[in-house]
Amino acid sequence: MQTKRTIFSQRVLPYFLLLPQLTITAVFFLWPAGQAAWQSFLREDAFGLKTTFVGLANYQRIFGDPSYLNSLGVTAVFSVSVTVVSIGVALILALAVDRMVRTAQVYTTFLVWPYAVAPAVAGVMWWFIFNPTIGILPYLLRGLGYDWNHSLNKTDAMILVVLAASWKQISYNFLFFVAGLQAIPSSLKEAAAIDGAGPLKRFWTIVFPLLSPTTFFLLVVNIVYALFDTFPVIHATTSGGPSQATNILVFKVYNDGFIGQNFGSSSAQSVVLMIVVIALTMVQFRWIERKVQY
Amino acid sequence: MVENRPWLDFFCHVILIAGIVVVAFPVYVAFVASTHGPNDFMSGLLPLLPGNNMLDSYGQMLGSGVSTSGVPPLALEMTNSLIMALMIAIGKIAISILSAYAIVYFRFPLRTLAFWTIFITLMLPVEVRIYPTFKVVADLGLLNSYWGLSIPLIASATATFLFRQFFLTVPDELLEAARVDGAGPLKFFWDMLLPLSRTNMAALFVILFIYGWNQYLWPLLVTTDERYYTVVMGIKRMADVADAIPQWNVVMATVMLAMLPPVAVVILMQRLFVKGLVETEK
Repeated sequence: MQTKRTIFSQRVLPYFLLLPQLTITAVFFLWPAGQAAWQSFLREDAFGLKTTFVGLANYQRIFGDPSYLNSLGVTAVFSVSVTVVSIGVALILALAVDRMVRTAQVYTTFLVWPYAVAPAVAGVMWWFIFNPTIGILPYLLRGLGYDWNHSLNKTDAMILVVLAASWKQISYNFLFFVAGLQAIPSSLKEAAAIDGAGPLKRFWTIVFPLLSPTTFFLLVVNIVYALFDTFPVIHATTSGGPSQATNILVFKVYNDGFIGQNFGSSSAQSVVLMIVVIALTMVQFRWIERKVQY
Repeated sequence: MVENRPWLDFFCHVILIAGIVVVAFPVYVAFVASTHGPNDFMSGLLPLLPGNNMLDSYGQMLGSGVSTSGVPPLALEMTNSLIMALMIAIGKIAISILSAYAIVYFRFPLRTLAFWTIFITLMLPVEVRIYPTFKVVADLGLLNSYWGLSIPLIASATATFLFRQFFLTVPDELLEAARVDGAGPLKFFWDMLLPLSRTNMAALFVILFIYGWNQYLWPLLVTTDERYYTVVMGIKRMADVADAIPQWNVVMATVMLAMLPPVAVVILMQRLFVKGLVETEK
């Protein structure tokens, strides 16, 4: 690990400097995570009087549970849709802004502010727009002959949460794409233009390949966002329904553990999620290392 | 710009304006709804132009709340949100800059272990360890308090990394000169590193303030006392009043008030915001 050439020689001081951070990490992160891991091997009886060590039985049970498998599928559809929608829209907007000279700053200001809107707030706003009785979009859709109802129709509910979750993430991806596009030397694009390549050809042969590190980074970040940070969107709108159509994994952990009080199963689900997030962080970290070393 | 293509430029403008309209549309609808009286929603369709009930909706929410559904005045909820956001942002910056300083400027046993322990916090979002964390906070007697709202969210791997990266770029000569002049570690930290880190701290503050203000699940769990409700979690409690149709005008007034402070921070401090966002993810 990197350090300075010249350093201080104090022996005790660094421990005091680290103390607050490490204490909080130990008390609120490591200990609870350890608890979750330990509980995933236990099972309580129906009255909560006795806990027994059951080994991997909780894991076997969740992977045999149709509602968990359903939740896995729902999460996959949800996170892929959110990632594709938010990255796709952001890339188009960033490419358009990249052509602007004088107005780029103004457009950027008008596009970045949704980052600051809380996911829960975004969820409630879309919930309102899509409200089957007074919302605007269902009214327009009825005009087109489609009867929108996200409290009954599974697909409608999924579209609602995907839109609400992606809406907020577009501004984030947009900023990173704009930064990535600015880093591409314009001499490359100019050389290609002189050789007769049009805008589309230049995009596919020069801009897109050079942008791929940014895109890859955003893929990982957006998947992590869709897996974990979208809890408020689900909780504030569909609460996992109708008939579990939007019951993503984080919501199920909360629902089974906090509401259903089924701690063994909920802890096993937590551990599965922790493994997923650790794997994703490792992927992201490797990307950072590569970028730093050139 | 590479070449002059008026039609493509025009097309790009159209795309951007369409993008801005789509992005702003939900907020516009929320704003319009918040300016109408409660009876305007009975007709079955929401009008698309602002009404004239704006001062009443906002005044009612800020001043008295909705007592029938147990929603305290928003002025109180927003103060709570502000306190929580400030505690989280300042706390994270303070403990991160100290630990980054220890990791970069000292060599001591277990240094790598400490670094990796902090790194692990990056990997464990609160959602995946929600019940045990709640239990720890409950056992410590921190439910329904500002400490319980903020301290468990204060450890930060990203902020520590940001300061570490920044400290590594500070020239070694600076430290050597300070030592020749007889400065100890605390003096060097206070008089040289802190002033140098000011821009980084400000950029990080913008990001962390938004992060703190927008917390949802955690306040929802640790507060049962109305005096500690925050505005973002309060929306949910209002939107699902079980026995009645939600009063959309006041719900949307709450939505507008809940997003106003963080959005204002982003727009007013856009340069710091972009710097903070792009650098914390490096």
